[in-house]
Amino acid sequence: MLGRIDRGEVRIIGVDGMDSDEDERQLLPLSQRPEWSDVTPVPQNDGPNPVVPIAYSEEFTEIMGYFRAVYLADERSLRALHLTAEAINFNAGNYTVWQFRRLILEALNADLHEELGFVEQHASKNSKNYQLWHHRRWLVEKMGTEAAVGELEFTKKIFLNDAKNYHAWSHRQWVLQNLGGWEDELAYCNELLEDDIFNNSAWNQRYFVITSHPGLGGIEATLDSEVNYTIKSILIKPENESPWRYLRGLYKNNMQSFVTNPKISTLCLNVLTSKVNPVFALSLLLDLISNGFEPNKDLKNAIEAVIPESNSQNSDISVTICAILEIIDQMRVNYWRWRKNNLHSQVAEGVANLHIH
Amino acid sequence: MSQEFNTNLGTLFAVNLDGPSRLHRRSATQPDQSAPFSDRIDRFDLGLGMGELAAEKHAKYILTVEKKKDDIESVLMEHLRINGAYWGLTTLDILGKLAAVDQETVISWVMSCQHESGGFGGNEGHDPHLLYTLSAIQILALFNKIDTLDIEKVSNYISTLQNEDGSFSGDKWGEIDTRFSYVAICSLALLKQLDKINVENAVKYIVSCKNLDGGFGCTPGAESHAGQIFCCIGALAITGCLHYVDKDLLGWWLCERQVKSGGLNGRPEKLPDVCYSWWVLSSLIIIDRVHWIDKEKLVKFILDCQDKENGGISDRPDDAVDVFHTYFGVAGLSLLEYPGLKAIDPAYALPVDVINRIFLH
Repeated sequence: MLGRIDRGEVRIIGVDGMDSDEDERQLLPLSQRPEWSDVTPVPQNDGPNPVVPIAYSEEFTEIMGYFRAVYLADERSLRALHLTAEAINFNAGNYTVWQFRRLILEALNADLHEELGFVEQHASKNSKNYQLWHHRRWLVEKMGTEAAVGELEFTKKIFLNDAKNYHAWSHRQWVLQNLGGWEDELAYCNELLEDDIFNNSAWNQRYFVITSHPGLGGIEATLDSEVNYTIKSILIKPENESPWRYLRGLYKNNMQSFVTNPKISTLCLNVLTSKVNPVFALSLLLDLISNGFEPNKDLKNAIEAVIPESNSQNSDISVTICAILEIIDQMRVNYWRWRKNNLHSQVAEGVANLHIH
Repeated sequence: MSQEFNTNLGTLFAVNLDGPSRLHRRSATQPDQSAPFSDRIDRFDLGLGMGELAAEKHAKYILTVEKKKDDIESVLMEHLRINGAYWGLTTLDILGKLAAVDQETVISWVMSCQHESGGFGGNEGHDPHLLYTLSAIQILALFNKIDTLDIEKVSNYISTLQNEDGSFSGDKWGEIDTRFSYVAICSLALLKQLDKINVENAVKYIVSCKNLDGGFGCTPGAESHAGQIFCCIGALAITGCLHYVDKDLLGWWLCERQVKSGGLNGRPEKLPDVCYSWWVLSSLIIIDRVHWIDKEKLVKFILDCQDKENGGISDRPDDAVDVFHTYFGVAGLSLLEYPGLKAIDPAYALPVDVINRIFLH
C-alpha cells in the first residue's frame, strides 16, 4: 500500500545490469551529467493544483522532467533507454514509461534476454504491478516457445513469496496455453497444496489443468483420481472452502454420478462425526438431497447430532439441515433461510432430473 | 489484492446501461446536509458502539489531497491522476459536497488528458488507455458535461480496441482482461454508443470467463476474483445479459466472502479489504442477492476503517488511508443505504441522479 511506504525506501537506485562507472554517473543529478546537457526537462502539467516537489521527490521530479523531454521528442536512443530504467526504479507504475521503453527496445533491436533480466530485477518489489507483467508478456510473445521453461520458472519464483499472486497465475496460464509445458503442472499443484492446502489459486489451477491439458483426457478420464485427491484434502482440513467447491465442480454436469457416489456421502458422514466445523459438509448434503439423495440412518443421526435441539418435529432432514445452518453460520442466515424456503422446488427439480437419466 | 490491482480496477466504475430496466431500485436522494448524522443512524445502533461516518472529515481529506500534491504518494500516482480524480469527485458527490470543487478547472484539465486518438491518458502527456478514458467520461458525467466530448471520436477509440473473439485490449499494446470489457461497455453505454461494438461477441467472451464456482476471472480459466466478477456482472447487466449468470451459485460464492470481522475478501482464504465492500456488494445487488450477507456487520467493518481524526478510509482497520479506499468505503456505505449519502448505481458506479440525468432525458 502506498500509504505504508517508508519514505527512505522510495529512493531505490537500481541499475539495469551496468558496470560500476555507469552506476556512479547515474547517482549524479541529470542536470549535472554531460551526456544530458543538450536536453531541457519538461514539467508535468498536473491540473488545477500541480504537484509541489519537495526534498525527497526532487530527484524523481528531475528524472521525469527529462523523460518527458525525450518522450515528446520521440528520442529512441540508448540514453533514453537508461533513463526509462531510472524512471521505473522510482515508479514502476508509470505505464507511459514502460510503453516508451518498448518502443526504444524495438528501435535499438535490443537483446530481449537481457530485458527479461531487467523485469526479473524489479519483479520481487513489484510483483503486483500490471505494467511489469504486461511488459514481460510482450517480451515472451516476441521470443516464442524457447521462453516457455523460463517463464514457468519465473512464475514459480514469484509463488515462493506469494503463492496466490493473481498476475503470476494469469501469466502462467497464458504460457501453458501458448507455449506448452503441461507435463509437470498437476504435480506442481500438488506441491503447492502440500505447502498450503488453502491455496484457492492452486485449486483453480488444478481444474485448469485437468480441463485444458491436451494429454490428460479431460475431466472424464481424471474424475476418479481427482475425487480421491479432493476427499483426502477435505479430511485434512474440513473447514477449507476450496476443495468442497472443487468437488462440486468436478460433478458439475454429472449430477447423477454425484448423488449416487457412495464416497461423497461417506465423506460427509466422516466430517460430521469428527466434530470439526460441519458447515460445508451440511451444505453439500443439502445440495445432494435437493438432487434426490436419500441419507441413511447413520447420516441422519450425525446431522441431528450437530445441534441436538434443532431437529424436533422435522421429519424432513433437509429442513433440519437448514435450521442448523441458520444457527451455526449466522452471518449467512438469510441464505440458509432462502434455501429452506426453496427446498421443495429444488427437490422436485432434482428428482425429476435424476429420473430423466 | 494489491494496491496496484485496486487502483487500476477502481477506474472501471462506470455506469449502468440497460435500457428501461433499472438495476438500482432506490430512488435518487439528496443527502440532508442540515441533519446531524447522529440523528440518522438509529437503524445501525446495535448497542455495540457502532460508530458514525465522519463525513465532514472525509470530504475535507479529499479536498486536501486534491490541493496538496506534495507528498510522495501523490507524486507516485501522477500517471493515474484521472483515476484519483474520479474516486475523489464521486466520493464528494455522494457526500453532497461536489460543489466545493472548481468545475471549470477540473474539466479543462480532464480534456487536456485526451490524446489525438480520442482516448484519454492518466494525466496530461500520458498515453491513452481504456481505463483512463472511462474515468474521464465518468468525471464529465458527474458535472453533466458529457457533451464537452467529441463523442464520435471517443467511441471510435474504444471500439477499435475490441478483438475478434469479443474481448477488449486496454490499449494498442494488447493486454486483454475482462476489466477492459467492462470499461469499454460502460463507457460506450454512458455515451449511448454501444452499437459501435459487437455486443454479442463481447458478451460471449465474458461468459467464456465464467468458472465452475459461478464466478469470473480476468481471462478464460483464471481464478474467480471479486474485482473481476464485478466487471463481468456489471458488463452483463449493462448489456441486458444477466440471464447468463447463475445468480444462486454466484450469490452463494459472493456471500461466502464475508469473514468473521464482517468485512469482505476477494477470494477464499484472503484478508478482508474495504474495496471488496464495493465489488462484492455491488455484484450482489446487481444479481439481487445482497440480503445474503450480514449488512450491519459490513457497515461496522467499513466504519472501523475510518481515520476519524484526519479523515479518509483505509483497506482495513488501523492502516493508512488513501483516496481509493475512501471512495470504496463511502460508496459501499451508500449501497448499504447508510443515511445521509446519495444513492449510487451498482453497475455504473456513479450517483443514481447522474445516471437518471443521462438516461431519462
